[in-house]
Amino acid sequence: MKISVIITLKKDVLDPQGKVIHQTLDGMGFDDVNEIRQGKYFEIDTKETDNDKAKAKVEEMCKKLLANLVIENYKIIDPK
Amino acid sequence: MKSAVITFPGSNCDRDMDVALKKFGFKNKMVWHADAELPKSDLVVLPGGFSYGDYLRCGSMASKSKIMQSVINFANSGGMVMGVCNGFQILVETGLVPGVLLRNKYLEFICKNIFVKINDKQNKYFKNINIEVLKFHIAHNEGNYFCTNDQLKEIEDNNQIAINYCDENGKIEDQFNPNGSIKNIAGIFNKEKNVLGMMPHPERMIDISLSGEDGSLFFKNLINNLK
Repeated sequence: MKISVIITLKKDVLDPQGKVIHQTLDGMGFDDVNEIRQGKYFEIDTKETDNDKAKAKVEEMCKKLLANLVIENYKIIDPK
Repeated sequence: MKSAVITFPGSNCDRDMDVALKKFGFKNKMVWHADAELPKSDLVVLPGGFSYGDYLRCGSMASKSKIMQSVINFANSGGMVMGVCNGFQILVETGLVPGVLLRNKYLEFICKNIFVKINDKQNKYFKNINIEVLKFHIAHNEGNYFCTNDQLKEIEDNNQIAINYCDENGKIEDQFNPNGSIKNIAGIFNKEKNVLGMMPHPERMIDISLSGEDGSLFFKNLINNLK
């Protein structure tokens, strides 16, 4: 089963990379952008076949390694 | 006094730290990250470098390595643990010291000499040191110290800030902050002050003919405090 995770920076955390990407897009003519925040995306292929169990394990992975909860939020995308 | 320096895959200041510790009287042992047991030590050092190629977040992989459980137990039982640069990043990822280290504010790798002011001397790292401002070296891409407002309040209430970036006279201002760290924080303690994480490299300031000797002052003082 494949499960995806999206990690985003919490809203009060400075994201200089997002800022620079925003400025560059602005320079390229995409001048209607309000803000850009850069994040991370993971695709996890697990042997687990039970949806709920798999989600619970991925949640544990997020808390213990994939995300740093001081600065990041995680969102698990429901497996299809 | 016995010390141990942990080498992770990608550490590159481990041997410099070994030279520095030995120069000032420590009997130092190098310890591989995949070992489970720490040798009997009075001080454990997590050195600078790029452990695991800075994958995921700097220090995140190293913080889960086998030896780190022993280091965490050692720290929790009052043992002295110092993390420098990538070692500081590893310490925040273990949760031994609060906060995180973000990408530098202006997105550049910074490699230069800076000044730091000692904020607290009620600890074994800086007790009795006969100086207020130290000239150290920094070399990092992710040294921008960040924590939540609640954490910051706790850090300040407990006097856990170890050193702040400043000018040569000890003036702590925005313009002397190289990387955007909250409150110019360059180094921080855990609550009990036996764990110190800092971005600057004292081991690069141990020879007057090469760089400077404020690192010598630091290590000499440290070993005296541990005796």
